[in-house]
Amino acid sequence: MLWLFFFLVTAIHAELCQPDAENAFKVRLSIRTALGDKAYIWDKNEEYLFRAMVAFSMRKVPNREATEISHVLLCNVTQRVSFWFVVTDPLKNHTLPADEVQWAIRMNRNRINNVFFLNDQTLEFLKIPSTLAPPTDPSVPIWIIIFGVIFGIIIVATTLLVLSGIRQRRRKNKESSEVDDTEDKFENMATIANSILCDSLDMKGGLVNDVFMTEDERLTPL
Amino acid sequence: MEPPSAQLASLAKDEEPQPWGSLGGPGQRPKTRRGAEDMESGAKEEARRTPRARGRWPGLGGSRSDPAHPRAAPRCSQERSAGRSRAMAKARARWGHPLQFLFACISYSVGLGNVWRFPYLCQTHGGGSFLVPYLIMLIVEGIPLLYLELAVGQCMRQGSIGAWRTISPYLGGVGMASVVVSFFLSIYYNIINAWGFWYLFNSFQDPLPWSFCPLNANRTGYEEECEKASSTQYFWYRKTLNVSPSIQETGAVQWELALCLVLAWLMVYLCILRGTESTGKVVYFTALLPYCVLIIYLVRGLTLHGATNGLLYMFTPKVEQLANPRAWIDAATQIFFSLGLGFGSLIAFASYSEPSNNCQKHTIVVCLVNSATSIFASVVTFSIYGFKATFNYENCLNKVILLLTNSFDLEDGFLTASNLEQVKGYLASTYPSKYSEVLPLLKNCSLESELDTAVQGTGLAFIVYTEAIKNMEVPQLWSVLYFFMLLTLGMGSMLGNTAGILTPLTDSKVISGHLPKEAISGLVCLVNCAIGLLFTMEAGSYWFNIFNDYAATLSLLLIVLVETVGVCYVYGLRRFGADLEAMTGRAPGWYWKAMWACVSPLLIVGLFLFYLSDYILSGTLQYQAWDATQGQLVTKDYPVYTVTAIGLLVAASTMCIPLVALGTFVMRRLKKGDRAFKA
Repeated sequence: MLWLFFFLVTAIHAELCQPDAENAFKVRLSIRTALGDKAYIWDKNEEYLFRAMVAFSMRKVPNREATEISHVLLCNVTQRVSFWFVVTDPLKNHTLPADEVQWAIRMNRNRINNVFFLNDQTLEFLKIPSTLAPPTDPSVPIWIIIFGVIFGIIIVATTLLVLSGIRQRRRKNKESSEVDDTEDKFENMATIANSILCDSLDMKGGLVNDVFMTEDERLTPL
Repeated sequence: MEPPSAQLASLAKDEEPQPWGSLGGPGQRPKTRRGAEDMESGAKEEARRTPRARGRWPGLGGSRSDPAHPRAAPRCSQERSAGRSRAMAKARARWGHPLQFLFACISYSVGLGNVWRFPYLCQTHGGGSFLVPYLIMLIVEGIPLLYLELAVGQCMRQGSIGAWRTISPYLGGVGMASVVVSFFLSIYYNIINAWGFWYLFNSFQDPLPWSFCPLNANRTGYEEECEKASSTQYFWYRKTLNVSPSIQETGAVQWELALCLVLAWLMVYLCILRGTESTGKVVYFTALLPYCVLIIYLVRGLTLHGATNGLLYMFTPKVEQLANPRAWIDAATQIFFSLGLGFGSLIAFASYSEPSNNCQKHTIVVCLVNSATSIFASVVTFSIYGFKATFNYENCLNKVILLLTNSFDLEDGFLTASNLEQVKGYLASTYPSKYSEVLPLLKNCSLESELDTAVQGTGLAFIVYTEAIKNMEVPQLWSVLYFFMLLTLGMGSMLGNTAGILTPLTDSKVISGHLPKEAISGLVCLVNCAIGLLFTMEAGSYWFNIFNDYAATLSLLLIVLVETVGVCYVYGLRRFGADLEAMTGRAPGWYWKAMWACVSPLLIVGLFLFYLSDYILSGTLQYQAWDATQGQLVTKDYPVYTVTAIGLLVAASTMCIPLVALGTFVMRRLKKGDRAFKA
């Protein structure tokens, strides 16, 4: 009688936890990818820990505070390592709805990952999407700050250069206007004195002796 | 085509065009004032020192050689000013040191084309074997034409308009065409610097913004466009350009890019503000910094995992490519545009150097440096290519391994790259039905196909390179270095470009009489910036490609052709050679004369005919548009108004040459008619 009962229970268990069963989830671990040489072997003890974590997560769900480790069933463990699990109710005759299990796992995903030293990519719950981290948007985009700095520097440098150029030109104008007057007087006197067209001479500010003409000037230009 | 960096093509707009024969009336000698000697004066001092050297332009009396004094101021160094009695000829600005001139030319020629065009050409035309046509074209076309431009500039000591008008009054249009082309180039070239600034400013973040996909609206996954394309492509097309699906949809101005463009123009203004005084100092920096960064990148690139794959791929010569005429044409085109001939910038740069400067030596140095930089940059580029291709290949393999491991529940870590094929065979035989289900999802990973994706232009600089950088360690550092280098390369070119426009303007007495140099520069920068805002719109990158492909290509070929023919046949090769000898002390040898007279013009004519027939035969003009829904580029046709715009672009510069020649002819006819009438 007892054997029959035991057999019945196992059979029911087997029915409850099957690949693609109702409310069952597939889990996939990539321990070697995540940890390399420090990878641990997946054995019964690790499975026990996993069931404990799932039970712990379910206990956070309202109305499911009485979930025990024995209510979490694992099956079809492969070499990958991958397996299916379901969570049953205390009477062990039906599985808890998938929504509740999904909610529970999502809430505690981080803790489950940390227990096994894995992350969202290496400990996958198929059909349970992970919450993506929101982007960190600083209040002022960084590029504007750097732009502002460089813009400011260039404006300052340009203004300095322009102003110094204006100052230089003003100084030059003042000087040259003085020199201009003296040269003017001198040249005008010379023109009157010698009646020579000054325009034909390359003047440095003095008189040029016309005797020394260049070869070119002897010939009539075209 | 990558027009070479802007050259300082300043055309000196002289006074009213002087008919050839009327030069050297007895009166027109410029007076110099002592007060005007704050800048190093060149020709004036020499003219004074050597009283016999007040000769006129030698064309007048036939080709008479200069009188005895070997260091006499060359005839071609006389500045012409309108011979008004108190005309004050300000001495021309000079480079502070001959090295500044050399660096200015190098900084101008070595531009973005060396980094993003040459490696592409190398890859498409068979790697190492492309160097053969490249070097041949350098000797046959590049060096002679560069010497010609530098010599003309140094001899005439004016910007391109004045220089060509001096060579022959009918050739003034060549100078004008150069200015127009330089103007177009500077409008669109600075947007590249704006993009460079944008990426540079965004490199100071962790993680780099182009290394991840942003989340979509309800945070359940990534943006669809980013998933379909890659994160670097998404950042370029969406975050930077915000590109519209076609050129007709112009969209709004992107304020971020507009700000960066304004910054870029401010920086250019800062560098050209004082003319050669400021430019001369800046070019030390813009010429040398790219090499520092390239060396750092070379060391980093060669130590990257997978770099040797890229280098082997590039340098394995495919000799059969030598028989492909396209390789030779591309080599000729690359040399031509890489050196920046025809913009007038080289003439402008050379006009500021000493008349006795040995520009022949400088020519060879600039050409060799330019080509060496191209080859050097392609070594760096290919090691980066190799790294990126290997990375993607290994990623692809890992995805296949993961897929197989998950589908067949194999032990984690059992499948590796080495036993992949074996295991695939085993699985195919053991689980045939399941394997056939999985098979369509298995991508065929191939290193060759990754390396084969040859990219050029902005795609290479802003997508491929950034993808490689994001996978390196400390990517922020590499990113900052890289975009800094792009910026200095671009700025160096812009300096030349703007000088090409400014020197004619400042040489013109009309304009420089009323406005100081700073104001002229400021106005030019302002106008260019305002028009450049067109390229910050959503369709801006399509317009950029139009300008890049059509604004300068045909026009430059025509300009340089007319230049060469003008100097050799209109002015006279022998006369030019004599002038050069008088000026620099060495006559051009048979190599130069042969190249100038026959080989280079023929080559340019060939190129010109090829491109013309290419444009005509290809029928409708097409462009690549970014399709956001598919996450890739699609080909579309240009609408009619765009094709008209392209035609106008080309016509605007090329028509200058015949129109000015015609105008000069008509005016001389009228003058002769007047004279005959009066007499």
